[in-house]
Amino acid sequence: MTGSSLQGLLSGSIIAGTPLLYATLGEIIGERAGIVNLGLEGVMLMGAVVGFSTTVQTGNPALGVFAAALAGALFNTIFGFLVIERRANQLASGLALMFCGVGLSALLGAPYIGSQIKGLNEIRIPILSDLPVAGATLFHYDILVYLVVPIAILVWWALFYTRWGLSLRAVGEKPTAAFAAGKHPYTLQYEALFIAGLLGGIAGAHLSLAVAKTWAEWMTAGRGFVAVALVIFSKWHPLRAIVGALLFGGAIALQLQMQARGVPVSPFLLDMLPYLLSLGVLALWGGARRYAAPASLGQVFRGTE
Amino acid sequence: MTSSIRFFGLLGLAFLVFAVLLLAFGKNPLKAYVDIFSSTLGSTYGFSEILVKMIPLTLTAVAVAVPSRIWLINVGGEGQLYIGALFATWGALTLSTLPAWILLPFISVLGVLGGGLWGSISGILRAKGWVSETISTLLLNYVAILLVNFFVFGPWKDLESANYPQTAEFVNAATLPSFAGTRVHAGFVFPLAVLILFYFVLSRTRWGLEMRAIGGNPEAARRSGIPINGYITLLIFIGGGLAGLAGMIEVSAIQGRLRPSLSPGYGFIGFLISWMAGGNPLGIVAAAFLLAIVTAGGDILQMAHGLPGSAVNILNALILFVVLSRQGGKGGVK
Repeated sequence: MTGSSLQGLLSGSIIAGTPLLYATLGEIIGERAGIVNLGLEGVMLMGAVVGFSTTVQTGNPALGVFAAALAGALFNTIFGFLVIERRANQLASGLALMFCGVGLSALLGAPYIGSQIKGLNEIRIPILSDLPVAGATLFHYDILVYLVVPIAILVWWALFYTRWGLSLRAVGEKPTAAFAAGKHPYTLQYEALFIAGLLGGIAGAHLSLAVAKTWAEWMTAGRGFVAVALVIFSKWHPLRAIVGALLFGGAIALQLQMQARGVPVSPFLLDMLPYLLSLGVLALWGGARRYAAPASLGQVFRGTE
Repeated sequence: MTSSIRFFGLLGLAFLVFAVLLLAFGKNPLKAYVDIFSSTLGSTYGFSEILVKMIPLTLTAVAVAVPSRIWLINVGGEGQLYIGALFATWGALTLSTLPAWILLPFISVLGVLGGGLWGSISGILRAKGWVSETISTLLLNYVAILLVNFFVFGPWKDLESANYPQTAEFVNAATLPSFAGTRVHAGFVFPLAVLILFYFVLSRTRWGLEMRAIGGNPEAARRSGIPINGYITLLIFIGGGLAGLAGMIEVSAIQGRLRPSLSPGYGFIGFLISWMAGGNPLGIVAAAFLLAIVTAGGDILQMAHGLPGSAVNILNALILFVVLSRQGGKGGVK
């Protein structure tokens, strides 16, 4: 492979990995509080459609990102109500949320199919962007790409070095103990899901505003589920998620690069890469998983009844 | 009794919320619902189309209900259906000279085998304790649909149908016969037999008892010598096989060839049906009937009311929300 295609692959991985990382960080926060959300796919779709339509209406992509984050958070709160208030099965509720997101985003997005936007601006970092090789690949992105690693560090700090993070993780490990220690499991879980929704919404917005610059039905194409797999891959750790997102983004970018170069492999087979990679790493990680997962993941806290 | 009245009240709420949503998007919800019900239940043809949709829906619902007896969540019905259709198509295209009485049973078995093997990937991964079956069945849906696309756009593409990505048409011997004037076809015997068998195995056999034991207390079941991992692999194989059978039925009776747009989400709707019915065989029939109407309604909303086809997913989701929030305290499917 030549230098330029390697560069293309790297920058492609970064761009494709960014929405994955936002989504994964959100899912990590939720799962650390003991809640698996398979509805992430739906949350991302809502973020994508709300971000896109807001941008078309206002011409302001920054506003689009804010609206997307808010929409994702509110949408995820529906899921919160089901699994926290109604104690519904988390996996099935997540899938219901996904269906809802698929339908609602299609309905909301129908008038915007084919709309054109300029999308998020690329921000050039002075000096760094003019570096001969690295400059072209590493310093030519939109704001959301630059922000994602600092946000990952922020999430890591919040989870492991603040009182809030400690309480949150306690709820995910053993809610009864956290409750006995004076924490409020339900409140913390709602907070976790709200933040997860914010990040999921931003992930969707990045897809529609920066990557595709258009809206299409079900444009996330399973990336929400890939992000759920990434959480397991990163062993519920925000910093490890950066590596994972880059790797999975690489699988998506590799497929695009090969298609662009006319490699004689069916695009349908190449499209399988991210899903097969997800399955592969999950299988490899399988043995270690149970030690890393929050102990009460997926279980319902029934208070002190 | 009161609880079931409350349940129907809540179902009504789901329809009401969807109506409000339609209103918000400038559609007349009353007219939409009248259209949906009159075009499905108001004519013989419309009703026969509901029966046609119930055939795959019942099978994909049992595909979820069987593994759910031991708390396994199979969300891979859609992918298993596609692989079943793929296997059946292979049989129909390569052995097209065989007589119908051999060919039809043969491609049915191929459909079951295809869906079953596809499901078994998830089953084995789960039995080994490596990957949750929920996430693996979900991911494999995408792979399965891409695989079908690969064959239909590539090696199996029918050269006579120019730009349409589809295989050659099945010979008559590979087509399930349908009844005069409608699309209701002989495939209806499959879900009937499957439901009866499902009920019988659950309530009258040792296997049903052992499954209940695993579902009730896996640790106790393991200690009393029930092969849990065997059940995990087997039940997902059976579930996948039933979804695969639905795929075979769709290509053989409805499409007459393999196409990428094989299913309007039958696998996912089957999941919904199974959760609504709580795994109860009669409940599955009732829920399949309701969801067949909703699915047909999706087409009507698209054609007559200019809504995107997937908007009906909202109604599906609202129904599932209601079902889930009601089952919550009890912990879901039993």
